Amino acid sequence: MTVIARTTSRRSERTTIEETRTDKIFLTGVKIMLWLALIVVAVPLIYIVANSFSSPSAVSAGRVLLWPIEPSVKAYQEAFSDPLIMKGYLNSFIYAIGGTLISVTLTVAIAYPLSRRTFFGRNVIMSLLIFTMLFSGGMIPTYLVVQDLGMLNTRWAMVIPSAIGVWQVIIARTFFRSTIPDELYEAATIDGASDLRFLWSIVLPSSKPVIAVIALMYAIFQWNSYFDALVYLKDPGLYPLQIVLRNVLILNTLTGSTTTTSLAQQLEQQQLANVLKYALIVISSLPVLIIYPFVARHFTKGVMVGAVKG
Amino acid sequence: MSATLKPAARPAPVRSEAVRPARIPRPSRWTAARRSLRRHWQLYLLIVVPLAYFVIFKYVPIANAVIAFKNYSPVKGPWGSEWVGFRNFELFFANPTFWTLVKNTFLLSVYTVLASFPIPIILAIALNEIRNGRFKKTVQLVTYAPYFISTVVVVSMTILVLSPRLGFVNDAIGLFGVPSIDFLGRPDYFRHIYVWSDVWQTTGYSAVIYLAALSGIDPALHESARIDGASRLQRIRHVDLPGIMPTAVIILVLGVGNIMSIGFEKAFLLQNPLNTAQSEIIATYVYKTGLLNADFSMATAIGLFNSVLNLFLLLGVNFAAKRITGNGLWS
Repeated sequence: MTVIARTTSRRSERTTIEETRTDKIFLTGVKIMLWLALIVVAVPLIYIVANSFSSPSAVSAGRVLLWPIEPSVKAYQEAFSDPLIMKGYLNSFIYAIGGTLISVTLTVAIAYPLSRRTFFGRNVIMSLLIFTMLFSGGMIPTYLVVQDLGMLNTRWAMVIPSAIGVWQVIIARTFFRSTIPDELYEAATIDGASDLRFLWSIVLPSSKPVIAVIALMYAIFQWNSYFDALVYLKDPGLYPLQIVLRNVLILNTLTGSTTTTSLAQQLEQQQLANVLKYALIVISSLPVLIIYPFVARHFTKGVMVGAVKG
Repeated sequence: MSATLKPAARPAPVRSEAVRPARIPRPSRWTAARRSLRRHWQLYLLIVVPLAYFVIFKYVPIANAVIAFKNYSPVKGPWGSEWVGFRNFELFFANPTFWTLVKNTFLLSVYTVLASFPIPIILAIALNEIRNGRFKKTVQLVTYAPYFISTVVVVSMTILVLSPRLGFVNDAIGLFGVPSIDFLGRPDYFRHIYVWSDVWQTTGYSAVIYLAALSGIDPALHESARIDGASRLQRIRHVDLPGIMPTAVIILVLGVGNIMSIGFEKAFLLQNPLNTAQSEIIATYVYKTGLLNADFSMATAIGLFNSVLNLFLLLGVNFAAKRITGNGLWS
C-alpha cells in the first residue's frame, strides 16, 4: 500500500489506494447527496424553460413538467413584440453598460491611490469607506439626497447613487498592492512618468483580469437590481427590465391590450399571459447565464482576492 | 479581509506610520503630507470625484438622518425643520406593530442564518470528496448558477412553482392525496418559502468559498491521517472541519451580525396582502411608511433604530467570536 502511495501523485492517490468498505459506502452516500443537490437546483430551472417553450393551453392546464408539450415559441414572439418589455430590455442594457463604465472608472480612481504607500491619509479614507458598509443613513435620507440633486426620475438615478461598491474597491486595491511592486513605480518615475501616466500605461494593462472581474460584478449587479428603480423612477419609459418583470410576473399587470371582448379571446389572452411569464424569466436571465460559465472562475478568484489577507 | 478591515478598529497609530518614507529620517506628519501632496498631486486629483461620491451618497445621508429627531417639512429641509426629540421613536415603540416587526425580522433572519450556514459546508465537503472531475464540475456549475439570477426572477419562479393551479409542487403533493395549498397566501408558509428559496439560490456560491478553504488544507495532514488509519468520515471530522473553521466563523459572524438588516428586496417581492402577518419586516415597513405614506421622519427613525441595533449586534457578535474561537473580523 505504501509503495503505491509513494509512486503515485498526491492527487490521484485517494482513488488508487484501496478503499475500506465503510469508505466506499460513505463515498456512495456522498455521490447520492450530490445528485440530489444537482436535481434540486436543476429541476426548477428546467421546469421554467420547458414551460416557456410549450403551448399556452398546455401551460395553463399545468401539464408541462420537464419537457415542452406541444412545442411553441408563441410566448417568445409575444414577448419580443411587446413594446414595454423591449423598452425595458433596452433600458437595462443602457444602465448596465453605462453604469459599469462609470463604476469601474470611479473604482479604479479611488482604489489605485489607496493602494499607494506614498498616499497620505489612505488608512483614514479606507476606514471611512468601510464604515459605510457597517452603517448607513437609510432609505429616506438617501432619497432626499437624490431628490436634492434633481436626479429623481432620470437615468442618472440608476447609475450614480450606487456607483461604487466598497467591496470592489477592496478587491481592486488588494490586487494593485500585491501585483504592482514599488520598484516598478520608482523605475517609471526615473524614466519621467507621472503618476497618471504610470497608472494608464503600466498599472491598467497589467490589471486586466481584476478589472474584468469588477466590471462583470457591476454589470450583473446592475442588470439584476430593481430597488433603485422602484424608489427613484416613476416614468415607465425609464423602467429597467426587472421592474417590467415585477409588474408582469408578480403584480400580474398584463401588458397586452385588454380590449378584446369575446370570452374565447379573453381565455386565450389569459393563457398566453401564463406562458409569457415563463418566457420572460428565460429572456431576462439569459444574458447573465450565458456569460456566467465563462466568468464563474474569475468571479470566485475576485471574491477570494478580497477575502484573503493582504 | 481581516487585515483590510483593521484600520477601522484603530486608525490613529496606523495613520502616523503610513506616510513614513522608507529611508529618509522621519519628518513630521504634516511635512510628509505636504511633500506627498506636492509630489503626487495627480493621485489626489484622481481621488476627488470618488471621494465626493462617498461624501454625497453615504455621509450626507447619515447627516440627513437627523430628520429622525425632527418633524420633517419638505419646505424647510432637513436642517430647517423643527426638533421633536425622540417623539418619532416613542411613537414607533408604542405602535402595536413594533413588536410584530421586530419579531418577524428577527425570526426570518435567524432562520435564514441557521439554514444557510451548514448546507454550503456540507456541499463543499461532499464536492471535495469526489475525484471525478466532470461530475464535480457539473454539480458546481449548476449549483452556482442561481446566484446570478435576479431576485425578481427567483421570486417569480418561486411563485410559479408553488402556484396552486399551475405549479408542480402542488401536483407533487397531490399525488399523495394532499389538497392543493396556496403557499403564498398563507402567512405561516412565508418564512419557509423565503428561507428555502434563499438556500436554493446561494448554496452553490457559498460552497465555493469553503471549497477554496478546503483546497488550502495541507495534503500532508490528510496523508498522515490515512496512514494512521482514519476513515474518510474521520478525516472530514478531524482535518477538513478544523481547516475551514476560520472561514466558517467569519461567515457566521457576518450572518449573525446582519440579522436585523435582512434584505428589503426579497421580502417585499414575496409579500402580498394575505401573508403580511409574517412577511412585514422592518425594511418593508420603512419603505411603506416613507415612500408610500410620505412620513419621512418616522421612516428615518425606524431605519435609524434598525441600523444602530445592527451595528451593535455585529460588533457584539464579532467580539464574542473572537473571544471564543480566536477568529473574527479585524482579527
